[in-house]
Amino acid sequence: MALLDVENLVVRLPTARGMAAAVRGASFSLDRGERLGLVGESGSGKSMTALALLGLLPEGAELAGSIRFDGRELVGLPEDELCRFRGDRIGMVFQEPMTALNPLHTVGRQVAEPLRLHRGFSASAAREAAVALLDRVGIPDAAWRAASFPHQLSGGQRQRAIIAMALACGPDLLIADEPTTALDVTLQRQILDRLVELCEESGMALLLISHDLGVVAETTRRMLVMYGGSIMESGPTAAMLRRLAHPYSQGLIGARPRLGAQRGVRLSTIPGSAPALAEIPVGCPFAERCRLAIDECKAALPAQEIVGPDHVARCIRLDAAGARP
Amino acid sequence: MTDLAPSLTRRALAHASLVVGGVLTLLLLLAAALSLVWTPWPVYELDIPNKLQLPSTAHWFGTDSLGRDVLSELLAGARTSIIVGVIAVGIGVILGTALGLLAAARRGWLEELVMRFSDFAFAFPAILSAIMLSALLGPGIVTSIVAIGIFNVPIFARLTRAQAKAVWAREFTLAARAAGKGSFRITLEHVLPNILSVIVVQSTIQFATAILAEAALSYLGLGTQPPQPSWGRMLNEAQLQLLQAPRLAIFPGLAIALSVLGLNLLGDGLRDLLDPRLARRR
Repeated sequence: MALLDVENLVVRLPTARGMAAAVRGASFSLDRGERLGLVGESGSGKSMTALALLGLLPEGAELAGSIRFDGRELVGLPEDELCRFRGDRIGMVFQEPMTALNPLHTVGRQVAEPLRLHRGFSASAAREAAVALLDRVGIPDAAWRAASFPHQLSGGQRQRAIIAMALACGPDLLIADEPTTALDVTLQRQILDRLVELCEESGMALLLISHDLGVVAETTRRMLVMYGGSIMESGPTAAMLRRLAHPYSQGLIGARPRLGAQRGVRLSTIPGSAPALAEIPVGCPFAERCRLAIDECKAALPAQEIVGPDHVARCIRLDAAGARP
Repeated sequence: MTDLAPSLTRRALAHASLVVGGVLTLLLLLAAALSLVWTPWPVYELDIPNKLQLPSTAHWFGTDSLGRDVLSELLAGARTSIIVGVIAVGIGVILGTALGLLAAARRGWLEELVMRFSDFAFAFPAILSAIMLSALLGPGIVTSIVAIGIFNVPIFARLTRAQAKAVWAREFTLAARAAGKGSFRITLEHVLPNILSVIVVQSTIQFATAILAEAALSYLGLGTQPPQPSWGRMLNEAQLQLLQAPRLAIFPGLAIALSVLGLNLLGDGLRDLLDPRLARRR
């Protein structure tokens, strides 16, 4: 049985023009110890998917579908029961290390907070645990850092502290929403490597959310590409990077800047911009911007087509896109 | 945090309005404290033969129409002002902050209810509700306290809700929720400490308003009743001799003005000191 089984997840958000679906029927699953990447641009619904898993959707949002975590249905669970999962079985790392820590509490106190909440640690035991946790995520001089306030730490150290906090209770699943986006490239690498090591050490599953295909490629074994609230393509990371099937995924990778590219060669872009929530059409959400789109694309959301072992894509123009050998 | 403490003291001392406000407020507190143990003359003692005396070495500020020592009455009046101010603002802070925190944490219909209640209480003129209350409870110091306290509740409820909502919108509260914290603990451990400075500043300013309101209610005869000392009551009695002995109105008037000024300066100074966003702009 999979650790996490998401079935037909729908998230509707209140907008000025009524409720609009940010996630429209996403389904995926994640085994114990597996590392899954969720790729998409801003507004694709990837962060809403992550928040939905923890029941942390914004005020007024509606949630439908099924989220089974370790056999337990999370959708419709009351807040106090969800609190028992959060920070204990499921940890979460946020994008902004600068704002995800309370400026008024010491780092150590915040890092060990989940242990006090879920494991009933005393203040002194929590202090010791915090030092060990900070040490584990690679913060030098952890004892001293534990007694520091967030403003005394660098961005990279803060992000490590946030990861330490998410790891405190030894969760089965870590959700990392753009964990390295706010950091510079060398730090990004170090932190991702540490995350992978931690997953391998403890058998923890990782759901890594990023707009950066490179980050996902280095870190995960399987990935999902999300657009307009739907999962457009999914499969093993290595196979997908060899042959991306969906025109949108191809556009994403084409738009990545490459080291050693010829001078004067323009970076390719996907024309247009992601549709606003309320404007996502009935058919393929990418049809408006797709160079291969035909009238049929706008009729209905394409079904999943198999393009390889465990590799599927939602597109009716896969042959034109060169998806199949 | 060793580097923060001295710079805070230095910044505090360099801040003119904070120092002036602090000194005036301290004087008010000292006057009230002194009146507990010593006044030049007994506050309640009438000395009709020596009424309306000019300031002298025996009576520094002179005597009033019943021969009471004005300085003694002023000192004891400070005590009344402070008692009314502390309790009334205390009612406002405790109830208002609790309601505001609740509204921000729970949202939905409860927030609507708290806010509409605040609007209702806010729209009602404070003096009018004080008159209504004194009709119910009878005039007196308790009436002043309750009326001013009720007036303060929506002020703190609105302020707290707005500030608390801003803290709730920050990512660390989301991170705390993701760690499994319930909204009650987040409110106590994350929201309240982050808005405390704003509440302290507003309390200082509301304290000034409360002193003014107490004087106004006593002047109108709705608050402190004779023979209990009160600056407002002194003003009320002084108006009968306004042309013969204007000093009887000037002394309590000055006491009220200086207290209110001092507390307002202190509040402004504290705001500059405690709110780094405003301080940096200077």
